[in-house]
Amino acid sequence: MAEPRIIIVGAGPAGTRAAEACVQAGIRPIVLDEGRRDGGQIYRRQPDNFTRPYTKLYGTEAPRAQALHETFDGLNDRIDYCPETLVWNIADGHVRTATRTMESALPFDALLLCTGATDRLMPVKGWQFAGSYSLGGAQVALKSQAVSIGHKVVFMGSGPLLYLVASQYVQAGADVVAVLDTAPYSARIKALPDLLAVPSVLWNGVALTLALKRAGVMVRNSVKPLEILGDAADGVSGIRFRVGDGAEQMIACDAVAMGHHLRPETQLADLARCKFAFDPVTRQWLPERDGDGRSSIAGVYLAGDGAKILGARSAEASGRLTALAALGDLGLPVDKGEMASLRGDVGTYAKFARGLATAFPWPAEQAGALPDEAILCRCEGVTAGDLRAVMRETGAKEANRAKAFSRVGMGRCQGRYCGLAAAELIAAQAGIPVERVGRLRGQAPVKPINISIGDTDA
Amino acid sequence: MSRFVRLGETDRPGLTLHVDGAPVAALEGDTLMVALLSQGATLRQSEFGPEKRAGFCLMGACQDCWVWTESGDRLRACSTLAAPGQRILTSQPEATWPNHA
Amino acid sequence: MSAASDVIIVGGGLMGSSAALFLRGHGLSVTLLETDLIGRQASGTNFGNVRRQGRPIHQLPLANRAIDIWRRSRELLGADVEYLQSGHIRVCYRERPELVGSMEDYADKARAEGLDLELLSGNALRDKFPFFGADVLAGSYSATDGHANPRLAAPAFARAAERLGAVIHEHTKIVDAQKIGEDFVVSAADGRTFRAPILLVTAGAWGNALSSQFGEPVPIVPRGPNMSVTEPVPYAILPAVGVMTPVEEETVYFRQVARGNIVLGGSTRGPSFPDQYRAYVEPQNTVSQLKHIRRLAPALGKLNIIRVWSGIEGYLPDSQPVMGPSATTSGLYYAFGFSGSGFQIGPGVGETMAEIIAKGATDIPIAPYTIGRFAKG
Repeated sequence: MAEPRIIIVGAGPAGTRAAEACVQAGIRPIVLDEGRRDGGQIYRRQPDNFTRPYTKLYGTEAPRAQALHETFDGLNDRIDYCPETLVWNIADGHVRTATRTMESALPFDALLLCTGATDRLMPVKGWQFAGSYSLGGAQVALKSQAVSIGHKVVFMGSGPLLYLVASQYVQAGADVVAVLDTAPYSARIKALPDLLAVPSVLWNGVALTLALKRAGVMVRNSVKPLEILGDAADGVSGIRFRVGDGAEQMIACDAVAMGHHLRPETQLADLARCKFAFDPVTRQWLPERDGDGRSSIAGVYLAGDGAKILGARSAEASGRLTALAALGDLGLPVDKGEMASLRGDVGTYAKFARGLATAFPWPAEQAGALPDEAILCRCEGVTAGDLRAVMRETGAKEANRAKAFSRVGMGRCQGRYCGLAAAELIAAQAGIPVERVGRLRGQAPVKPINISIGDTDA
Repeated sequence: MSRFVRLGETDRPGLTLHVDGAPVAALEGDTLMVALLSQGATLRQSEFGPEKRAGFCLMGACQDCWVWTESGDRLRACSTLAAPGQRILTSQPEATWPNHA
Repeated sequence: MSAASDVIIVGGGLMGSSAALFLRGHGLSVTLLETDLIGRQASGTNFGNVRRQGRPIHQLPLANRAIDIWRRSRELLGADVEYLQSGHIRVCYRERPELVGSMEDYADKARAEGLDLELLSGNALRDKFPFFGADVLAGSYSATDGHANPRLAAPAFARAAERLGAVIHEHTKIVDAQKIGEDFVVSAADGRTFRAPILLVTAGAWGNALSSQFGEPVPIVPRGPNMSVTEPVPYAILPAVGVMTPVEEETVYFRQVARGNIVLGGSTRGPSFPDQYRAYVEPQNTVSQLKHIRRLAPALGKLNIIRVWSGIEGYLPDSQPVMGPSATTSGLYYAFGFSGSGFQIGPGVGETMAEIIAKGATDIPIAPYTIGRFAKG
């Protein structure tokens, strides 16, 4: 029997452990990744000619990051690793890939989507000005390029990443002006039982907050962002906000890093025609999968943050578990006991993830409160007021319909950064539960591809 | 005034690229975005608003950092390495139609 | 007890929505029933060409009627459907010089119907349209054709009809239609029924499901248009552009919208699944489309595409629609199966069907579209 063809999309924590499991089973998987290097986002590797040690880059996660990178490096001659390769579509049992020069169709018997996540953003008036970045973007700047996103940086939003990146910036010598947490401090207490599911990660969070305060960084909770101040030519100049129901305050800065935890990159699962279901805890649509990572489509498996946000540690367990499930489904022998143990690991992180959603809630209500003049869709320059007007004129209250009439979500990023907030705004305006708004339907290519792709004469 | 601030790793070989016709000094290992924003404050003009843009996600998701080469190619600044000899434009070249007769 | 009106229209695309508007203009009460949302299928996913050039000569009176409506659409609809009269050019390649004769032939006949076309080749073609690739031999230019935004058009017609009193039910899938006595009774999947002495079927790729119930099945085949769109770029291409060729893979077209994106269409069409209301673009068809776009206009090779889409269009074997009265049942009318060429004539179809229903006759030639041509025996 011919060796089964396994394709893994994504060389982050989930994809690395999935590739490892395949290699251990005697299979040579194809590993496709868009980046220049493996590691994903949280364990993003710096360029070869950078010198910072692991402890400086990854702090308490340094041992895990190092182990992951060494694993991937060790797999190199036993996998077909294709960096800088975009999977732009999936059809008929093939993934379609694009590099700078070539377009190919690769057949698979099992497809493991380990596509990771991006930040989840709630628009703020003025977030279109130069100097606005996602929290993840601010972290990439530091981790993989040793730069700060600005001379005076404000971190704003909610989630563990907020405190992590801010403290990484402080330690690296950047000027961090403030950390503005939109979550109330009491939410963290309420979430304590679930957060204790992974005590070491909880402790990290507490330590980070203390370290920031000791460094003299202003830290505020229950923040209501009002506006990112700036101008068209020079970009961000400050931020206006309230603490709770308190008076308006303004801080001068030239960079704002924003985000509210993460959202999975589910576009390929969508193109693979996986079924999705609404997750009320995170108010996002997620691809359905069983306890082992099988999607609703035979042969397509989903692992790591690309399916559900459970963090990097869970992604490693999930990647391995899903690969074992795929190998077992292909008729190869797998250790059922190990799979049961991995399922337990993933379950533990699921409890922690619920705690995170309670401690650092997605401020859905901010969407309905956006002033009309606030830009909602950065790609197309569509304001909250534009969308509201379109809804009044056309009665549209479903995500794709609203997009068709207003252009929200119709730009290059395909609604990655505006889609969730737009759904909340539509729900608020129409007076319906956000689940009824639906989700933006995925359309290939998942990222822009060049018209000359595949031109052998070019 | 530059937007990004180098916090370290400055002991790397330098390279020169051109941006809007002017030479820009960068370091090997810089992405194009870091090369541009370590010298200047913005990357491009928004198509549908008055504001300049300077990228957003740095991980190839937002598609807000595309710049152009003088020969009309498009490069995503956050995921492209700065390289000697690059000739980058931060505004969209007007359509040119080479004569195909 | 069924809801009653003068006319029931089943199918809320451009044909049904425009018919609803014009029927209200004749003072008839209208109930428009749509399975999903207005204008979401072929009407909303097609290329958006508003062209008369290239249509069969017998269709030009209908197309002329339609162009008048497009030109006054903003006033008529109270909405902007982004209609641009910026011209249309169709070209042929060097390896098919005989098509130049076909273009000249067509231009002569079209002139008699009020459509003036200009044949261009060599330097004259390149001076006016410098973006064409080296393989392009000649083109036929129609200055008064153009394009519009299909996503906006049918919904705008429907809202205008509604403001004039048409009753529109979305999310209403009609599963049964019968004539009982003098009235048609149509039943929705959720049990609601509607009654009227006149039934107009404008159900696109699903038209056969209804015509069959009246003993007149038609061999309609669903196909998916192959559509892509680029990032926004500076506005530089005025006309809609297409290729005249017998080879499906080569039939690509493009148009630039005012915001700057260039919409690409054509090459091999894909499958579509009317039962699931889904259509997917086969990636190989995108790759082939881009290859042929590069041949047609090489400078487009520098651009990125950001999205592809398809839809569900109904094709009949002679590429002509079914339009006109039923051959079996009085009071029953059809306008569906426009075979990928319904967008420009859509408003004209609506106005003509309304005229036929309200007045009993029309001067617009529709004999080639009779459903009777598919009757057996």
